[in-house]
Amino acid sequence: MQIKPILTALRHHKAGTVLIAVQIALTLAIVCNALFIIHQRVTQLSQPSGLDEAHLIRIQNQWVGKADDKAYGSLMATDLATLRKLPGVADAYATNSVPLSGGGWSMSLRLKADQSAPSAQTAIYFSDDHTLSTLGLKLVAGRNFRADDIRPMSAKEDLLHPAVIIVTRALADKLFPTSRAVGQTVYLANHLSTIIGVVERMQTPWVGMSWGSAASTLVPFRLLTGGTNYVIRTQPGQPDRVRRSAPDALFAQNRMRVIPDQHGVETFRQIRADAYASDRGMAILMGVICVVLLAITAAGIVGLTSFWVGQRRKQIGVRRALGATRGDILSYFLTENLLIGMGGVLLGIALAIGLNLWMVTRFEMQHLSLWYVLAGAVALLLLGQGAVLAPALRASRVSPVEATRSV
Amino acid sequence: MFGYYLELALRSLRRNKVLTALMVLAIALGIGASMTTLTVLHVLSGDPVPGRSSTLYYPQIDPRDMSGYLPGKSQPMYQMSWIDGMNLLRAKRADRQALMTGGLVAVQPHNTMLDPFYEAARFTTADFFPMFGVPFEYGHPWHAADDEAHARVVVISAALDDKLFGGKDSTGKTLRLSGVAFRVVGVLGDWHPNPQFYDLLRKSFGENEGVYVPLSTSQDVGMNHDGSTDCWGNGGSGKNPSHTAPCAWLQFWVQLDTPTRAAAYKTFLVHYSEQQKALGRFQRPPNVRLRDVMQWLDYNRVVPDNVRLQTWLALGFLLVCLVNTVGLMLAKFMRRAPELGVRRALGASKRALFAQLLVESGLVGLAGGTGGLLLALLGLSLVRRQPAEYAPLAHLDPAMLLVTFLLALGASLLAGLLPAWRACQIAPALRLKSN
Repeated sequence: MQIKPILTALRHHKAGTVLIAVQIALTLAIVCNALFIIHQRVTQLSQPSGLDEAHLIRIQNQWVGKADDKAYGSLMATDLATLRKLPGVADAYATNSVPLSGGGWSMSLRLKADQSAPSAQTAIYFSDDHTLSTLGLKLVAGRNFRADDIRPMSAKEDLLHPAVIIVTRALADKLFPTSRAVGQTVYLANHLSTIIGVVERMQTPWVGMSWGSAASTLVPFRLLTGGTNYVIRTQPGQPDRVRRSAPDALFAQNRMRVIPDQHGVETFRQIRADAYASDRGMAILMGVICVVLLAITAAGIVGLTSFWVGQRRKQIGVRRALGATRGDILSYFLTENLLIGMGGVLLGIALAIGLNLWMVTRFEMQHLSLWYVLAGAVALLLLGQGAVLAPALRASRVSPVEATRSV
Repeated sequence: MFGYYLELALRSLRRNKVLTALMVLAIALGIGASMTTLTVLHVLSGDPVPGRSSTLYYPQIDPRDMSGYLPGKSQPMYQMSWIDGMNLLRAKRADRQALMTGGLVAVQPHNTMLDPFYEAARFTTADFFPMFGVPFEYGHPWHAADDEAHARVVVISAALDDKLFGGKDSTGKTLRLSGVAFRVVGVLGDWHPNPQFYDLLRKSFGENEGVYVPLSTSQDVGMNHDGSTDCWGNGGSGKNPSHTAPCAWLQFWVQLDTPTRAAAYKTFLVHYSEQQKALGRFQRPPNVRLRDVMQWLDYNRVVPDNVRLQTWLALGFLLVCLVNTVGLMLAKFMRRAPELGVRRALGASKRALFAQLLVESGLVGLAGGTGGLLLALLGLSLVRRQPAEYAPLAHLDPAMLLVTFLLALGASLLAGLLPAWRACQIAPALRLKSN
């Protein structure tokens, strides 16, 4: 295949050549970055929460009317007893927040009291001795809370100082990278707490926090307040039944409560879907944009090449009359497109990397992996070849007789 | 002349339907995607209190200890502590000032058909209403005297009035909130500031609170605080922060009618910080900010990153569509070189041909713009079905409608420039000869 005549011919329609190359370059730059964003979002939303999600239900409960701390304590204890007795329920506990729910409590941890910068940031989950078995958390070191570790805490109390805490492995590794965490002490606010256990994983209530998605601490407190979350673990196959029976049982037990219509009773699957809705939406949108962009670029190539074929029918006829085979004509157009495509792809690689660098400064983005760029480049070259095939085949069918028509 | 060009353009566009359809589709897709995201961006970055936003300021001071302090870099505390908020409120150095925080109250309707429910509340002081220009349907705001007297009065939103009292004038009626009887003194009119600039930590977009209670009263009754609490030093983080704890959980807004007043207020904040430092309450050197509403929204990056990213993506998409249209238009115009050659030979000037070709590309732009508008309406209806807080706000307004067509027309004329110019450069004699 001779490339020189193709280049000479391309010089005659510079504008069209440049336009196709630019379009390929822009498409490559956008598609690479869009695919990379999709990858990031999908990685984000496929992180495990560490919970036995399939069997969990959360109920948001608010008491109505005035009550004191003591009354809240006994109301919660009665509710938990009611829930645990319910058919289909394996276990239940009360807490301030659950992973991925979007709202919660965070604190900083220090190893020494006089340290100026905190050692780590953590989510705080109010827990009791039923928490591990309800959520299905795996204890990898130390022990669970005992019933006598659990203390009540008033909503008006300023200071939270648990004697014992359980942390996630992610947090334990951050605090004590080289030694065993169980038995060590850390400062939570300004009070010393002893780590008695480590669980394998438990995500924080927030998605996409800079300090890590799994740095969580369980504290042995029952928060006495007008609003609480009950978390229920159902027996296999029972979530739907318990979802309906649990609020009924709570209302039958005491009517002076509000369980909101929206998000009042939710399975963990719904909580997860809500938490990642914007990530999923973004990934889908990026996907659609990629597909449409590639289609438009392909259509543009078909349109412009068809025009070139139409313009050159006579020249093609002359070449055919002079002995060029159909294959020669076909490969001429394919090579021509490949050359333009390669020019575009080279420009596109530079654009893709430039665009990524710009997005790193403007948005929370990581650096683009080169594999994406290479895969995108190959995909666009193939797309170009595919798009040019139909007009090129039409060109190859031009009969040598065309050479004799007119002029 | 224009009519003739239009006719020529229509005839030419009809001649090659596939190519025309492809161009119109490319412009429509590009415009549709851009307008959808631009409209969302436009709605989200709007002014929530038009006419007042430049005189409303959010003062910030820094009462924290030295831990983690970076001179010149540390931002002051995001919210106010009770003590500082009260000090600044009582100093009355601004034209108007209000101290506020978010809450959650149990509403117990008189009407026994309705179950008790929880409603978002704002605990604030009297200036809140005149300062933010809040309209009233019935009644009036409470007065500064009510703040002092810890009066059990409440202002409710129109939506809550509809729910509880069927939308009738409920002023003077009694409403039980968190187990205590309150007298309704006012019902708000149509007031939906978006973004909810006054407390962005609660939520940035959406419905405002249903219940407004004097801050002093809310503390007496022990209503539940609902919002963010930041503590420093040995402050814990109780759900209902105490008034003496080193915790910031209130928002303080002031109205300063002239830039001179604003500058003077900033100086006052510095003096206040110095004075508190001398008293030993503050430890850091004075670290204050005084941002107006738009600066405050900007600082908080109230427009989500996702929306910005989508807008850039859509504009990139539009660019590709435009390049694509330039290419197709070029092919189309060059194919008509013989016809253009004949017209030139018959005496049409280059300028006339150029105008004729631009009319043709403008026509493609109008068709693309119409298609783009339909796609944008579809896109916005999809956005509204998203679970995001801002989703219900995504509507096209007349200004954006105009922008759609200007963008489409401008884009297609721009796309037509190069091809039209190239087509006009053809020497007529050459074209005639080759025919």
